[in-house]
Amino acid sequence: MPVNAGAVGRMYGPYERYEVSRVKIREFADAVDARATEHRSVEAATAAGFKDLVAPDTFAAVIAQRSEFHVIVDPEVGVDFSKVVHAEERFTHHRPIVAGDVIETVIHIESVTQRAGISMVKTRAELKDATGAPVSTVASTLAVREDA
Amino acid sequence: MPAPRPAFSVLAVGDAIATREVRVTRDSLVRYAGASGDFNPIHYNDVFAVSVGLPGVIAHGMFTMGQAASVVEEWAGAGNVVDYQVRFSRPVPVPNPGEAIVSVTATVGALDEEAKTARIDLAVEVDGQKVLGKAQAVVACG
Repeated sequence: MPVNAGAVGRMYGPYERYEVSRVKIREFADAVDARATEHRSVEAATAAGFKDLVAPDTFAAVIAQRSEFHVIVDPEVGVDFSKVVHAEERFTHHRPIVAGDVIETVIHIESVTQRAGISMVKTRAELKDATGAPVSTVASTLAVREDA
Repeated sequence: MPAPRPAFSVLAVGDAIATREVRVTRDSLVRYAGASGDFNPIHYNDVFAVSVGLPGVIAHGMFTMGQAASVVEEWAGAGNVVDYQVRFSRPVPVPNPGEAIVSVTATVGALDEEAKTARIDLAVEVDGQKVLGKAQAVVACG
């Protein structure tokens, strides 16, 4: 079944806010082999001008994907998770994410396009900090196969 | 938050700025799954991966994108990427036992004199085949 094109414009969240921890930043930096000391040493991070440990450049996806999940499981959107492939991803960072940030995310369905048995579902997650200031915009496109 | 930034004035389009060979094993994928919270079984379970039409376990697209970002960061410093996009053009199968070798090469693709930003273009390949398309990171320079 194709993805419901009528879902365009839907908005989800905010859900529970995401608290960025030093432990998670270090763990993520290790997992993507981001070698800068500012991911691991608070001293190095503050010396470089950050408030605390700074997250690697794709860490925002960890936060955004928790919201994208709500799109995938929405029965009115109709995404079959077993047929999903990640097609595109884009980050626009308004400022770096640092440990101690409390991030609130709202996600929008930007477009649903169908061609050759594949639905392309594009979402945009807006990440904001506790003061409401924008932190990152994460655009993600999922390709969903429509075959049986 | 003013972090140290790469010097804009010395850059020229075409400059190779960083390169890395990433050796990817099942261990790498398990670590990324835990760090990211992405527990899709196609990234650790061969039986499941084959049942949905894949050749076997494949790397998370975001793992490969993240590893490529780390190559840019090695040159740019932490926290200086303002925009980063990729297309996932081909999956990266990760054998067991064994490893997949992802080669990442970063070059200066464009320079914006006004904004003092450099667009870094990434060639990300496995066995000579591109796995990320249109992989571009915009770096704030000083």
